[in-house]
Amino acid sequence: MTTVAPVEEASKENISQEEVHHDHRLFGLAAFLVADGMTFAGFFAAYLTFRAVNPLLPGAIYELELPLPTLNTVLLLISSATFHRAGQALKRNETDLCRRWLLITATLGSAFLASQMVEYFTLPFGLTDNVYASTFYALTGFHGLHVTLGTLMILIVWWQTRKPNGRISSENVFPLEATELYWHFVDGIWVILFIILYLL
Amino acid sequence: MTLASSPDLSKESEPLQPKGWLRYFSFSVDHKVIGLQYLICGFIFYLIGGALASAIRIELTSPISDFMPRDVYNQVLTLHGTIMIFLWIVPVVNGAFGNYLIPFYVGARDMAFPRLNAVAFWLIPPAGLMLISSYFITGAAESGWTAYPPLSINTPAAGQIIWILSVLLLGGSSIFGGINFIATILKLRRPGLGLMQLPMYCWAMLGTSILVVLSTPVLAGTLILLSFDIVAHTGFFNPVMGGNVIVYQHLFWFYSHPAVYIMVLPAFGLVSEILPVHCRKPLFGYTTMVYSIMAIVVLGLVVWAHHMFTSGTPPWMRLFFTIATSFIAVPTGIKFFNWVATLWGGRISLNSAILFSCGFIINFVLGGITGVALAQVPFDIHVHDTYFVVAHFHYIVYGGSVFVIFSSIYHWYPKFTGRMLNENLGRLHFLLTFVGFNLCFAPQHWLGLNGMPRRVAEYDPQFTFVNQLSSAGALLMAISTLPFLWNVFQSAFNGPIAGDNPWKALTPEWLTSSPPPVENWEGPAPLVKEPYGYGETPETLEVALDKDLELGGDEK
Amino acid sequence: MPLSSAIRSVLLGIVLVVAGLWIGQNIKLLPVDASTNAPVYDELFRVLFSIGAILFLGITGLVVFSLIKFRRKPGDTSDGIALEGNLSLEILWTAIPAIVVLFVGIYSYDIYDRMGGMLPLDHGGHNHQNMASEERIWGGISSGSIEKSGMVVNAPLPVEVTAMQFAFIFHYPKGDITSGELHVPTGQPISMRLESRDVIHAFWVPEFRLKQDVIPGQPTILSFTATKPGRYPIICAELCGPYHGGMRSAVIVDSPKAYEEWFKNNAKTPVSEL
Repeated sequence: MTTVAPVEEASKENISQEEVHHDHRLFGLAAFLVADGMTFAGFFAAYLTFRAVNPLLPGAIYELELPLPTLNTVLLLISSATFHRAGQALKRNETDLCRRWLLITATLGSAFLASQMVEYFTLPFGLTDNVYASTFYALTGFHGLHVTLGTLMILIVWWQTRKPNGRISSENVFPLEATELYWHFVDGIWVILFIILYLL
Repeated sequence: MTLASSPDLSKESEPLQPKGWLRYFSFSVDHKVIGLQYLICGFIFYLIGGALASAIRIELTSPISDFMPRDVYNQVLTLHGTIMIFLWIVPVVNGAFGNYLIPFYVGARDMAFPRLNAVAFWLIPPAGLMLISSYFITGAAESGWTAYPPLSINTPAAGQIIWILSVLLLGGSSIFGGINFIATILKLRRPGLGLMQLPMYCWAMLGTSILVVLSTPVLAGTLILLSFDIVAHTGFFNPVMGGNVIVYQHLFWFYSHPAVYIMVLPAFGLVSEILPVHCRKPLFGYTTMVYSIMAIVVLGLVVWAHHMFTSGTPPWMRLFFTIATSFIAVPTGIKFFNWVATLWGGRISLNSAILFSCGFIINFVLGGITGVALAQVPFDIHVHDTYFVVAHFHYIVYGGSVFVIFSSIYHWYPKFTGRMLNENLGRLHFLLTFVGFNLCFAPQHWLGLNGMPRRVAEYDPQFTFVNQLSSAGALLMAISTLPFLWNVFQSAFNGPIAGDNPWKALTPEWLTSSPPPVENWEGPAPLVKEPYGYGETPETLEVALDKDLELGGDEK
Repeated sequence: MPLSSAIRSVLLGIVLVVAGLWIGQNIKLLPVDASTNAPVYDELFRVLFSIGAILFLGITGLVVFSLIKFRRKPGDTSDGIALEGNLSLEILWTAIPAIVVLFVGIYSYDIYDRMGGMLPLDHGGHNHQNMASEERIWGGISSGSIEKSGMVVNAPLPVEVTAMQFAFIFHYPKGDITSGELHVPTGQPISMRLESRDVIHAFWVPEFRLKQDVIPGQPTILSFTATKPGRYPIICAELCGPYHGGMRSAVIVDSPKAYEEWFKNNAKTPVSEL
């Protein structure tokens, strides 16, 4: 059947849905990120409870080194800014500039992951040493998974902006906007994680 | 994630969809097809879960463990719980009726994200099949649907891991569905339709979806940690490794208590749709109904630890959760009084839909009363983990949600198929279900109070007779599905033609053909600002008020 | 006419309340009360049962009455009255449940307090236990108001309870007795230290209205005082594996004299040395 969106209909009170045609995908993504954030909230709650009520065995207290995670925080915060720049550039239809910023963002993301790996390999405890250690790895690992996914998404966006009127352009910014929202979310989670895991 | 806006998509993909019955096996993006997919798929799982329940009741006709091996018994009760919750009630009260009705109610042609919607449905059959096949391949999980560690870590790992995977898939499906409902209700309302003009089911689904989005991910995270404990030998919940089993319980119940509202709130919404139509009266107290739903959502998120009163929670926590839980009775009570007031002074057609709805009210009141009692720490200490809790829980989810599902099927079947169901068979179905259900579960209150714990295959011989009574009730319930199935099948072919609006209802789904066309209405979507505008404006209003005051007097 | 209907509804309300109270007070659903806490629990139960009966009968009555009174007569195609709500009624049935719930909450708090649930935890004779700082002890419910029951308050008798798949083992530090069944005298508070070796179990004696999960890695103190001699079941109430249903034991409540006898016969350390 044909869609009903005739012009004469618009003048009446009976405006049908079709002609308004909003894009609700970002709203949907935001709702999904709320859900994703609740997963992290569960992990944080578990971590804090373990810390509060499950004392470690004697001799099992580990100092977490601060320099590397601080560097990581800075990397992610900068990457949020660079991604924002990329988005603005695309909306101004400056595709080349946008792609440059995207590449910088992806590099920062990869640098974060590399630095996270370095931290993993230099830590004095392993995954199954104690609850504290396990929760540390679960939290940072789950976050790292998000960063990995985000970096891949940035690279895909970067690839798809290669042609001036490709799949992602100033005409269709949604994929970039969605990735950007997701990236800011991942950065925000890292800041909370950094405060709870390293600073508290 | 495939997110796409609705109108484009339904236009694009419509020609690709198979026609006729085949579309119910396809990756259809039509919300009505998906709704019925949910309903039929859920009902098949209901029959499987019911068969498992029958096996449990057969085992319990004698005080010794003689019908099946003990470990199989634990697998059966785990599967029964998991299937009934995650594959029958949650998908049907949310997915089936939500998908079918919500777009109609907001005046849209489809859900906000039709493809995501189809993905959400198609996660369910594989998850369910995986869960059930685990019984035949590796042995199913045997630590109950709660999967408390360390038991779930100590029992055979394969079944438990498969259980976790399928619950994760079902949780994902539920979250996708929830996001879709929130977006559809908030963003896809047709112009001119205000939030406070929506049918009550929209509000129920909005509240439910908020609960789904906020609480289901926590369960997912918890189960991921549990699977690490099983596979990677971490020690989150393993006391041998310094873990803490209580943390699991907190995280688990943070989802699983709201899960009860995820099963019951949509049922509340459906009843609010059904009662006014068959009583020919407006829904009583629309505004307070909306606020009650939201109050239940907020309170529902902060009551989880009442499942853990015997787990050694500190006194202040027990006190807080007692009070929070008790207060859920207030908004719930408001809804019940409003429904009774909706019945009062109506022209009630005593058909199957109204019978099941009223059966729901009666059962749920009993379940609610035992619920308030269970919220009291000292009361709960004695009956926690006993058949009293089993009875309470089934009064909520069977006497509550499942009765409403049946009521809804009787109410919307004409819309689904264009044909009427046989009312006499429907009344027979109600009678068998109502008597069977109460015979099965009412005696279990006594069993629990007197010393029968739940999840046992053997029990003190003094309980034999009452258990046999309960099993007889279960038999009646099993028989009750026969007239229903016969009715549904033969009416699909031979039932009287229903016409567009057999109930003379006012909500938008009835203002189109039965079954409705692909994009819901041939013309523009109707603007229904008063979905409950029934009733003859009365000179008799004064009399009615007197009668209603009388009703209030009875409560004191 | 309005007057008579008001009188009728008040009368109906009174009948309902009386019926509910009668049901709550006279229908016995609970087993023997054999501990100091049990009568307190039963008191709460009767109150909740009465309130529940009033509400259930009231609402069920209204629903059934409505279905009969307001059913559609054959051939009637009219609608009901277009009554969309009534503010004072809504306030009424928000306020009444709120008051009832508040009353129930305060009352059950009082009951819980009388049961000893809010008491600071005394370690009842377990001081000699190795309680390293990392070992966390959770308090279960205490023995409650022994004074009121008119019994002599003795020093609590310590018992160590170990739960495992699928048995309870009771160890009496005094006298070094290990037993598969729990022997206790009437009138003396028992202070149990519950510990689990494997999974979560629960220690439940229906006649004592007493239940506590036995949680691995989290020893728990649980106290009670038995009042009536007899043999009562101890039941594991938390799913703990295939033989969960068979994980039962018994508590044998004796008079102090008979208990003394049993103790003498089983103590490994000579009684005089205690």
